[in-house]
Amino acid sequence: MEVPKELEKEADDFICHYPQEEKGSASLPLLHLLQREFGYISDDAISWVAEKLGTEPIKILELVTFYPGFRQKAPGKYHIRVCRTLSCAMAGCHQTMEKICELAGIDRSNVSHHDPIAISTDGKFSIEFAECLASCGTGPVCLVGDDFHEEVKPENTEQLLQQYK
Amino acid sequence: MADPRYIAGKKPHPRERRMIFRNVDRSGWDASIATYRKDGGYRELKKALKMKPAAVTDEVKASGLRGRGGAGFPTGVKWGFIPPDNNKPIYLICNADESEPGTFKDRYIIHQDPHQLLEGILISSYAVGAKVAYIYIREEFPEGAVILERAIEEARTAKLLGKKILGTDFECEIYIHRGAGAYICGEETGLIESLEGKRPYPRIKPPYFPAVLGLYMCPTIVNNVESLCHVKHVMAMGGKKYAQLGTPRNTGTRILCVSGDVQKPGYFEIEVGKLTMGELIEDLCGGMKKGRKLKAVIPGGSSAKVLRAGETYTIRDGDKEKTIGLPDIPMDFDSLAACGSMAGSGGVIVMDDSRDMTWVLNNINTFYAHESCGQCTPCREGSLWMKKITDRMLSGGGVPSDVETLVSVGNNIAGRTICAFGEACAWPTQSFVAKFPEEFKKHTSRRNIGKALNPETKTASAGLGD
Repeated sequence: MEVPKELEKEADDFICHYPQEEKGSASLPLLHLLQREFGYISDDAISWVAEKLGTEPIKILELVTFYPGFRQKAPGKYHIRVCRTLSCAMAGCHQTMEKICELAGIDRSNVSHHDPIAISTDGKFSIEFAECLASCGTGPVCLVGDDFHEEVKPENTEQLLQQYK
Repeated sequence: MADPRYIAGKKPHPRERRMIFRNVDRSGWDASIATYRKDGGYRELKKALKMKPAAVTDEVKASGLRGRGGAGFPTGVKWGFIPPDNNKPIYLICNADESEPGTFKDRYIIHQDPHQLLEGILISSYAVGAKVAYIYIREEFPEGAVILERAIEEARTAKLLGKKILGTDFECEIYIHRGAGAYICGEETGLIESLEGKRPYPRIKPPYFPAVLGLYMCPTIVNNVESLCHVKHVMAMGGKKYAQLGTPRNTGTRILCVSGDVQKPGYFEIEVGKLTMGELIEDLCGGMKKGRKLKAVIPGGSSAKVLRAGETYTIRDGDKEKTIGLPDIPMDFDSLAACGSMAGSGGVIVMDDSRDMTWVLNNINTFYAHESCGQCTPCREGSLWMKKITDRMLSGGGVPSDVETLVSVGNNIAGRTICAFGEACAWPTQSFVAKFPEEFKKHTSRRNIGKALNPETKTASAGLGD
């Protein structure tokens, strides 16, 4: 794993946000940087963060396995998170999920709590349900990468996917 | 950068009283510091810096401001818990983890009025003596984090951050810290653990009251985004004047977020207690969807106990007691508590007569089963069992004893955990089953065994395994 110089500089900047003897606080920010760069958190990434912060890799691994925001496998080119929680469910998020999977060629039959992400056969899209994205008045909502989309009804899904080439 | 959710010129409802949301959807408004300052921004900070820190805290105490994140604890009182003889650094944390299902207010403050939040944080940091403040923002607000970063840069350039702020001896830095998708990080001690780079397992109180032993075991004040914004308005109006807004003990304004089966879901800033549930649904949200009747309301985020249409409640009216129905409940902390639920985070979820309450509870149970941090056994195991039981009720595998089992699991979680998540996950089960027993019996009657009553069950539970 090659960590670009600029990324290491960004990591050093983050570490400065916390007291010198509390470097561990930068764990989440550093993991976010690496996930942004590589798409997921590899074993090498865990070792890199641990070394950078002067801690053991297990202390970083236990964060990666706890927080749903970190992935240990590469997602598709575009990663979609559909809100699953009550207001979005009442607005029809399950139908939205089904429609996106149908259009993108994603099979979700094998997802589980520990492996929640399903990837399309062409690797272009990956998808998972997310818990409440905090936009309950405009459901169903989803995130595609960092882009937020509201009122994603089944009939709008084709248009949504077309934005991502 | 244009915000896609910025509906320029959208007029607030006449029943609203906008302070925090004054600039949300305001025409000609943007998130820049120039716009904010042209409108008088950072004037209250200047005013606060001319006062003694303790005097600022006194104003907040006098305002009666209660926390807007969920518990409704008086903000000024919380600040007062910092030990007077403290010689450790003091931290302020802005809780921007907005994650209680049904709540979507902080998102708009962060996106459209970030400097209002920064001003509130600076005034509050000055009052409590914090030189470093962290904004813990949920990972699912990537754009919000970028907007806040930009606002912080602008404030730094304008010398509103760093040393010698506005030419005084006050110094303060604000940093953004992004979470990673865990609901429990909204719980203040879980948030602190997360900020320390650990799994967000909540700490036990006592002894770990954040104001005494918080971040890095130093005194720490954790306040919600909306609460911190209110501090700015307390400074502008003065505590006593602010306390005249709303109703006694339930002062000021607050933002209610309405979602679910109403004509016009949305966010509304009202004077606390000056509007009833019925007015909120009928007038502000345009009533129920066509041909549908109100069935139930969750009044303060998904963990608040459900209220059933047609119920009556006894609340205090001055010295007397009176009996009211669901539409008559004033939207304030004390009235909703008197009705057996809570005002919580202001997230109102409305359900009509097309909704199957077992399905609704199953959705909520799935959320809590996913989000339990796993530290306390009753919650880790119980939240998953409540989900499994409602799962099987929906898929036709329920048995008559399930209703009783479900409630007993809930009863054995509440009050037996380190943090309030135990109550948060038990209250929905306890209240839904108590108030809609016939619906749960329907799914577990001998006649319906083997029949999947809900086509969405399969997708609803996918992703959580057994």
